[in-house]
Amino acid sequence: MSQVVTPTATAPVARTPRRDIGLKKRYAAERRFRAYGIAALSFGLIFLFVLLWSVVSKGYTAFQQTGVTLAVEFSEKIIDPQNQRASNPQVLLTANYPVMARNALANALGVAQNDRAKQKELGQMLSDGVRSQLRDMVVADPSIIGTTKTVTLLAAGDIDSAFKGQINLSVPQENRKVSDQQVGWMNKLAEAGALAKHFNTGIFFNGASSRAEASGVGVALIGSFYMMLIVLVLSLPIGVAASIYLEEFAPKNRFTDLIEVNINNLAAVPSIVYGLLGLAVFINFMGLPRSASLVGGFVLTLMTLPTIIIATRAALKAVPPSIRAAALGLGASKMQTIFHHVLPLAMPGILTGTIIGLAHALGETAPLLLIGMVAFVANFPTTPMDPSTALPVQIYMWANEAERAFVERTSGAIIILLLFLIVMNVGAILLRRRFERRW
Amino acid sequence: MTTSTLLLITAAIAMIGYLAGSRRALALAGGRSSSMHSRPGYYGSFVAIWSALPAALLLGVWLIAAPAIINSSIRGEFPAEVKAQSQASQGLSFGMIEGIARGMRALSAEEAAQAERNPADLRNLMAARGVAIAGDPEAYMIKAANDLNSMNARSDLLRNVAVLLVAVGGAALAYRLIAPRFRARNRVESVILASLVVASSIAILTTVGIIASMLTEATHFFARVPAHEFFFGTVWDPRFAAAGATASEGQFGLIPLLLGTLYIGFVAMLFAVPIGLFAAIYMSEYASQRVRSITKPLLEVLAGIPTIVYGFFALTTVGPFLRDISSQIHGLATGDYSNFIQAQSVLTAGFVMGIMLIPYVSSLSDDIITAVPRALRDGSLGLGATRSETIKRVVLPAALPGIVGAILMTASRAIGETMIVVLAAGVAARIQLNPFEPMTTVTVKIVSQLTGDLEFTSPQTLVAFALGITLFIITLCLNIYALYIVRKYREQYE
Repeated sequence: MSQVVTPTATAPVARTPRRDIGLKKRYAAERRFRAYGIAALSFGLIFLFVLLWSVVSKGYTAFQQTGVTLAVEFSEKIIDPQNQRASNPQVLLTANYPVMARNALANALGVAQNDRAKQKELGQMLSDGVRSQLRDMVVADPSIIGTTKTVTLLAAGDIDSAFKGQINLSVPQENRKVSDQQVGWMNKLAEAGALAKHFNTGIFFNGASSRAEASGVGVALIGSFYMMLIVLVLSLPIGVAASIYLEEFAPKNRFTDLIEVNINNLAAVPSIVYGLLGLAVFINFMGLPRSASLVGGFVLTLMTLPTIIIATRAALKAVPPSIRAAALGLGASKMQTIFHHVLPLAMPGILTGTIIGLAHALGETAPLLLIGMVAFVANFPTTPMDPSTALPVQIYMWANEAERAFVERTSGAIIILLLFLIVMNVGAILLRRRFERRW
Repeated sequence: MTTSTLLLITAAIAMIGYLAGSRRALALAGGRSSSMHSRPGYYGSFVAIWSALPAALLLGVWLIAAPAIINSSIRGEFPAEVKAQSQASQGLSFGMIEGIARGMRALSAEEAAQAERNPADLRNLMAARGVAIAGDPEAYMIKAANDLNSMNARSDLLRNVAVLLVAVGGAALAYRLIAPRFRARNRVESVILASLVVASSIAILTTVGIIASMLTEATHFFARVPAHEFFFGTVWDPRFAAAGATASEGQFGLIPLLLGTLYIGFVAMLFAVPIGLFAAIYMSEYASQRVRSITKPLLEVLAGIPTIVYGFFALTTVGPFLRDISSQIHGLATGDYSNFIQAQSVLTAGFVMGIMLIPYVSSLSDDIITAVPRALRDGSLGLGATRSETIKRVVLPAALPGIVGAILMTASRAIGETMIVVLAAGVAARIQLNPFEPMTTVTVKIVSQLTGDLEFTSPQTLVAFALGITLFIITLCLNIYALYIVRKYREQYE
């Protein structure tokens, strides 16, 4: 890098020693300053990637689940030994299905029926979810009793983790959750092709479960969906109406000033305060049910409104006054001018702001904790009044579980949440690109 | 007829009113819309508004007022000895009456008669129908429950008739008003304007709701625990009362929580401010348009990631990493491989929160730096200053008030942040200054006091509202001050 910036080179003056004005130092300072900027920027970006990488690397395996494909004998001796199922259908519900699954596994591995200890270890290789899986099959079609069918059963969470290589097998077997015997069986089954990883549909459709391998975000997705619907239906019209008033009609006076200061402050109120508001007003005062997505939707609506109002006002402001003047000049009333001309032109901006507000609401956790969405909900909610949970709250609950398999589930749920957010934000960007007009 | 069917019928009447109104307007004008004051749709809307709006208002008033009136008249009928009891036990009796009333509706006629002769049977009868009652009902309760049922039925019938009458009557009245010179558009527009005003006052209602609800609950709390013990107490030990134990009130000292909040927020700002500021300076002063158009949105992705994800990142990645590296460092220095940084610590929470806050600092200060007039920069550069000298001596001093405002706004986010600290800061409320130890915050305690069973009478629950209003006021002051600074700064260059 040259130090010469002044055109002294052209002047044929005798070389006098140049006064040291500290240029070297100043340029060094300049380079340092620039490097700080680059360092700061790259620090931020590096952490973005570390964050995403840590979630994805922990979570992508959650979308695969280990299953064991076995020939299960639906033995009448086990399901219905006294042959009462015609008179008492309860028998089919309470039968000992795990034993059937264990026998099938024992057959596949050639373990003797009377080896109690080995049988117990075998039983631990299968998930508790096999009970309901086999029960549902039998209840749906009782005629399969007495036949043998090939069924893919869910492996236990620890076997799943071991098969995915997440359990350190060099640790002495007393200190880990799977025994050497089980690992041996696992490898034998895998070689035979019976034990394999399948795409995990359960994580999308199952409800809460204390077993990692059988739990999923199904209930949480429905709860979040109801809440987003409520937020959209309430906050879009209210937000647009409020912004139209403030931007187009409001006279400049104390009252409108107050509203304006209010909206700016509400946008910065910590989200947990909205949770307290929801708890005190909607649940304690109005007596709405706890854990209901209706209440969650209301709370998130109040939280999203300021965002939508601010975005809408910016969009309304961007519509040039000539449009208004033209409409008014043709005899439209002020209301007609706004609803027929200004609002449609501002719509892309409004929708972009709304989508971004919705995305924020979708990821919000803290206020939902306070209104009782932290609940173990295994049944699917059918109305917004039913107890339910939400996607970020489900992540919070799983994050508090200690098992390795739950860490994987948590990361998997985060990936699902981030995918939704990416889709919404990309949608917003595309909408802006496609419809935004520069006046 | 339930409320929702009633609403549906009202909506249908309004719909018919709309169609009839616009038809009539057209017919009166002889099919030429030019001879009318407004377009036909406005006449239709006028009729629809007149039919739906008063009916909906009446329904709303009825839904709020009727239960209160019925409630007080039932309580007025209580026997003298029940009236002599405390409000709380009267409330319990009323709750039981409501339960019995619900059960009575499930019973058949002869069972109800049997129950009236012999109140002791009632509980079993109802249990058979799946209605559980808290205690053995007394004779007066059954009479009151019957009264309640009949009053409710009467009130519902009256309500349905009244609402439908108002809907039809309003529509008819509006329908008769229609004439070609009738200024329907102005009427409709004034209703729309009124609804716009109502919508914008929801912002005020929310603030009022926040303050009122938290103040009421906090007053209940301060009636139990003196305010000075809360604001100046140095011990946080709420001690969830065991069933039956009345003596365990616990101590509710705000100081350890507030210190933890401020400390973690301070550590977060220590990371976020220099990084965010330098990133903003680089992007606004040095970066080419292309670099800027890529890095700015990428950095803003950090702001779009939900805080629960940061919390999980802190819990599973940053916390264990700091713990392990500290044990390595300690081991190399002393030979004793024990960790001096806890997995949940002020540092973990502060660091991760700092990452989250980078985009807030950078995008706010970016806007402010870009708003500094070009002429200031040109003057400085023209005098021979380097770029960094221009930034340090001219641009930053000019932008300083705005940047301070941005930092204050970011600080209020740090103070109100919940999910990161819930997962990464720990729950131990103590006063200490070691950043490697866990501390807790106001938000963590709000969450932990309000998850699980709630009783709106115990100080253990109510303290959350006192914490909430403290948090609200701190962040409000920070924001108002920040907005004031930013606004004042903006005016300087306009």
